[in-house]
Amino acid sequence: MSGMTTRHGPAKGIGRWLFSTNHKDIGTMYLVFSLVMFFVGGAMAMVIRSELAIPGLQFVHPEFYNSMTTMHALIMIFGGVMPAFVGLANWMIPLMIGAPDMALPRMNNWSFWILPVAFGILLSTLLMPGGAPAGGWTMYPPLVLQTGDAFPYLIFSIHLMGISSIMGAINVIVTIINMRAPDMTLLKMPMFVWTWLITAYLLIAVMPVLAGAVTMLLTDQFFGTSFFLAAGGGDPVMFQHIFWFFGHPEVYIMILPAFGVVSEIIPTFSRKKLFGHDSMVYAAASIAFLSFIVWAHHMFTVGMPLSGQLFFMFATMLIAVPTGVKVFNWVATMWRGAMTFETPMLFSLAFVFLFTIGGFSGLMLAAAPADIQYHDTYFVVAHFHYVLVPGSIFAIMAAVYYWLPKWTGHMYNETLGKTHFWASTIFVNLTFFPMHFLGLAGMPRRIPDYSTQFTDFNTVASIGAIGFGLSQLIFVLVIVTAWKGSKATDRVWEGSHGLEWTVPSPAPYHTFETPPKARIANEAFE
Amino acid sequence: MNKRPQNLNSENRSLTGRLVLMAVAMFGFGFLLVPLYDVFCAITGFGGRTNATAAVVEEAPDLSREIRIEFVTTVNSYAPFEFAADVDSMTVNPGKMYFATFTAKNLTEADRVAQAVPSVAPVSAAEHFTKIECFCFTSQEFFANEQRAMPLQFIVDPDLPEYVDTITLQYTFFDTARAAANNPL
Repeated sequence: MSGMTTRHGPAKGIGRWLFSTNHKDIGTMYLVFSLVMFFVGGAMAMVIRSELAIPGLQFVHPEFYNSMTTMHALIMIFGGVMPAFVGLANWMIPLMIGAPDMALPRMNNWSFWILPVAFGILLSTLLMPGGAPAGGWTMYPPLVLQTGDAFPYLIFSIHLMGISSIMGAINVIVTIINMRAPDMTLLKMPMFVWTWLITAYLLIAVMPVLAGAVTMLLTDQFFGTSFFLAAGGGDPVMFQHIFWFFGHPEVYIMILPAFGVVSEIIPTFSRKKLFGHDSMVYAAASIAFLSFIVWAHHMFTVGMPLSGQLFFMFATMLIAVPTGVKVFNWVATMWRGAMTFETPMLFSLAFVFLFTIGGFSGLMLAAAPADIQYHDTYFVVAHFHYVLVPGSIFAIMAAVYYWLPKWTGHMYNETLGKTHFWASTIFVNLTFFPMHFLGLAGMPRRIPDYSTQFTDFNTVASIGAIGFGLSQLIFVLVIVTAWKGSKATDRVWEGSHGLEWTVPSPAPYHTFETPPKARIANEAFE
Repeated sequence: MNKRPQNLNSENRSLTGRLVLMAVAMFGFGFLLVPLYDVFCAITGFGGRTNATAAVVEEAPDLSREIRIEFVTTVNSYAPFEFAADVDSMTVNPGKMYFATFTAKNLTEADRVAQAVPSVAPVSAAEHFTKIECFCFTSQEFFANEQRAMPLQFIVDPDLPEYVDTITLQYTFFDTARAAANNPL
């Protein structure tokens, strides 16, 4: 880092954030935005679980309840999980590959600042005549066409989120391909960088397809086309095909970076190298490829020929193979390692265990004949919440605990962190595990009321949900008190490896203005 | 070895350009899925699609085989019509031409245009159920309160798979004016 004479720190005031082109500032903004959205979407989940705590209608109108499920999903997916991973990518990828910044810093600023606008538009629909979108986040026509004034705003906000994601993805790819430290070959890249490279390609491949699908909805509604209107020769089932062509890769967009995070953390706290680094890369690439040919398993009940059902069933089950490679590699990394259980490791271990439960229920859903029973029940809700909450979100939390000392220069409060972990883990299971039983017993999703035989499990789930929601306040407390902890070393963790640990803590505003020497880089990988 | 390439900016620009092109191409691909889906359904009969325009078929009756044809009619919730098949079902020989009539009535005091959309189950029978003439080929205009019978002329292909002994032909009746105006009730 010598040789640079002109250096400047961050600009002063609000302008630092509005006009920032610094990957660390933009990463921070993404992460803070995602935390805010996590609480907004979480508040909606609280409305849902309060309504479902006992049978009958108690708090909200059914139409509003439907808005809550729809908005909760859209906000958590596009506002919570995805921006959190983009934030982590912004902060960490340049540090991990020894680049001075993202390749396209001004586009980076745009891709972040589009997001608050998009979600401002989406949230404003709550106040519009006809209410917020209530037809489900999947926006199936013809139901979604009955949305009130909110409809065009829904479409426009989806377009903006898509543009933001695509720009973010382009930035990640260009950074990784063109700006790696000398000597860092592709297969030497850290796992988090690898999974993000694959995720970014997935984003570029499918976000435009979603944009196309919602554009067709828009023209069907306002410009007299009949893409999905049967009366005009269209087919509403076609929307489901196009949507899930986007939707299935989308679920891997939300989990691959989580795989990357966990693949960084488990070796650190096992004090061993990641077992089977290259096989992890191939597994992630295989998952990405398979994600394009399994979409119709979301729609086994629409009426599909036997050959189609068989193809999509077997292709879906095939995904268990590369996913299994990953899970076994994590376990093998821990095998005979000198393990310690700091908060990031606890979240990662819970990730491996609970994500696998979600994977298993996914296999059950993949079986076409069984899926006809499970379709649109709480079993599906249990499945995707297991892969998304103790899956993606636990991985995001693990990442925040893992890299927070590098960001702030101070160790967070470990006791609070562990309290947050145990509270989250207990309550997340209390919330979502009973939903498996509810679904198998036949309770449908997206209904504000239910038969009385479902009461007990629903009450348990609601208690769990309120507990999980409150536990996240501990997370906020950890973050706001993170600046009070003891000074962090550059290395932070005893077993940490990688270029990000060779820069001071907190990471200076500008890092790697000259690329790290190959020797340093190599040592960092050893 | 310790320097970044001098032409980093131009390399970044060209890779960005290619990636943007990829995103634009995928946007186009989303729309391309529409004709692809239609072609796929037309070829395979997926979704229970049948021929949408009149077909010319030679008769070659196979009197050894009897197939039961069931008619199911549905009126879309926004269409103010009565619509039903005149008979619920009929028994046919493959390779022989048959006629059926459906009756619809406009329940309003205004002229209306309707469109019937067919679907055949099981899907493996769809490509073997050929319509020679059908009221579903074109939209149907109704004067206020008009009631009228509409013809269907069809033939079941003798190549119909062995295991199919019943074919269900389902029509949904839509009000196209309302579909065009997008003005749900």
